[in-house]
Amino acid sequence: MDGILLLEQALNGLQYGLMLFLLAAGLTLVFGVMDMINLAHGSLYMVGAFLIATVTQVTGSYWLGLGGGILGAALFGAILEFTLLRRFYQRDHLSQVLGTFAILLMCNEGVRLIWGDQPVALSTPQSLSGPVQLLEGFSYSSFSLFIIGVGLLVALLMYLLITRTRLGMQVRAGAANREMAMAMGVNVSRLFTGIFALGAALCGVAGGMLGPMLAVQVGMGESILIVAFVVIVIGGIGSIRGAFLGALIVGVIDTAGRTFMPMVFSKLMSPEAAANAAPAVASILIYLLMATVLFFKPRGLFPPQG
Amino acid sequence: MKPAISTSAAPSLLDHPLHARWAAVLLLALVAFPLLMGTNGGEFYVSLASRILIFALAASSLNLILGYGGMLSFGHAAFVGLGAYTVAIAMQSGLTSAWIVWPLAMGVAGLGALIVGAISLRTQGVYFIMITLAFAQMLYFLVVSLKTYGGEDGLSMARRSVLAPGLDLARERDFYYVTLALVTLSIWGLARLLNAHFGHVLQAIRENEVRMSAIGYPVYRYKLVAFTLAGALAGLAGALLANLGGFVSPSLMQWSQSGMLMIMVILGGVGYLYGGLMGAVFFLLMEELLSTYTIHWQLGLGAVLLLVVLVAPNGLASLFKRARGGRHV
Repeated sequence: MDGILLLEQALNGLQYGLMLFLLAAGLTLVFGVMDMINLAHGSLYMVGAFLIATVTQVTGSYWLGLGGGILGAALFGAILEFTLLRRFYQRDHLSQVLGTFAILLMCNEGVRLIWGDQPVALSTPQSLSGPVQLLEGFSYSSFSLFIIGVGLLVALLMYLLITRTRLGMQVRAGAANREMAMAMGVNVSRLFTGIFALGAALCGVAGGMLGPMLAVQVGMGESILIVAFVVIVIGGIGSIRGAFLGALIVGVIDTAGRTFMPMVFSKLMSPEAAANAAPAVASILIYLLMATVLFFKPRGLFPPQG
Repeated sequence: MKPAISTSAAPSLLDHPLHARWAAVLLLALVAFPLLMGTNGGEFYVSLASRILIFALAASSLNLILGYGGMLSFGHAAFVGLGAYTVAIAMQSGLTSAWIVWPLAMGVAGLGALIVGAISLRTQGVYFIMITLAFAQMLYFLVVSLKTYGGEDGLSMARRSVLAPGLDLARERDFYYVTLALVTLSIWGLARLLNAHFGHVLQAIRENEVRMSAIGYPVYRYKLVAFTLAGALAGLAGALLANLGGFVSPSLMQWSQSGMLMIMVILGGVGYLYGGLMGAVFFLLMEELLSTYTIHWQLGLGAVLLLVVLVAPNGLASLFKRARGGRHV
């Protein structure tokens, strides 16, 4: 096994993991602080990606599109929280599942109504479309490097926000003990709207990063939402640090499984059997990981301290 | 129908009467339905009714663990899928008798539920939701990888199962009556179970697990039995569903299917005997109705679901209860 392949897969895993972190961060805060299961979180990602694609098409600039889309997603998230979702905080998990599922359906259909059934084109910006030579004989897509950079930057900003600011302190207090935080005078109503807008903005960032790589289409949020749930459960619900580490673990394991599993399997069995079994086992890996983590550490690997 | 065994003389909170009079009227209407539909073009509606009944069975089986056991399983479609695949695979190897294949489907799904439950029930709350989802996803990807049985494309069945001479399941009406009989039997069985000692213990565990285990009940075992039973019933629904469509595919086991079953139960009424039935009827009829008017029917469906969850927090069945002046849960 050569080093270049390993390096490339490590970068791919890092990239995927960081994108998962963007989605999982908002999800884990909403889950941890408001105790709310939000199935519509993936819809924010979808709406963000569509807004970015549209603004990019209108203005002709990816950067304007990215900025506009992120703002739009944050606004959409805040409006959603203000009008509908806050009614569900005091309800049980089942009502939240039903309510946010209904919102998910409406978002999907609303997007289909406005943009149609076909995937919307969103291409990488001109300045980042070429490959970059990292090592002798190894070049890597510059857009992927950009994604990694943005992911790390956002993670750093989140870290500073959570550990160094008053808002972050309130969020940590809310995740550790909601009632106590309220009793100590945290303005929960404004805090919750803020958290929601923040999570939605992060979804928008993820939409702008992943949109050019995957397709911008209806339903794009659903498959990745489940993986984001896996991430926050592995990391420990309510913990940003857990979401970050969990996302990296899931990203690397999933990427490594898809690359190396076929190689391992082809040594163990006939090529035909390996071609069938390897992708399935690779897809199962992260769920197996989650089940194992839950079995041994029922609160996740890095639960919020409190 | 006599009220089932009860520990106290007066019906308690834990009892779930069948409402025999209403049930009889409903059953009569359901029996008459295909006759009213006639044979010219009525088959479509009869087949739709079969589909709704099958989903009512699947949702009712989920309601047993979700509503009465307090176990929020997000992987119930996996057991439906296991049942469906058992029938389709048996068909491919030449086994067509419903007397063998359907119980086999229940057995396979029940065994799957026993294994999944044995591991999952060690976790609590939200983590239980996620671990059942994880197992369902594993089974989903496992089925996708089974290229011998169609993989991602699914597996068609040459014909429907064979039940008895004179009963041709390929005829929509015959299939409908068999489905109706099985669903009726299942719901009646569930009512018996819930009003018996086992059902009372299960509901008490839902209310206060710590206390029940302090009193000395083997809580884990009770929950596991309920989980397995629900899995087996879901397997029966899967066997019927495979027969109805003549086709099975991994999409039967997708997480969105588990979500849909959960939605049906919540919609109908968590912990109400007829909750699963009402949810399935309402959800699928809504879907059918709205989709004839507009291709954007999901927008309407979403709005209706949102309305229900805001107006009737305990599901549609609770509205009836309120109207009848019954207890509030």
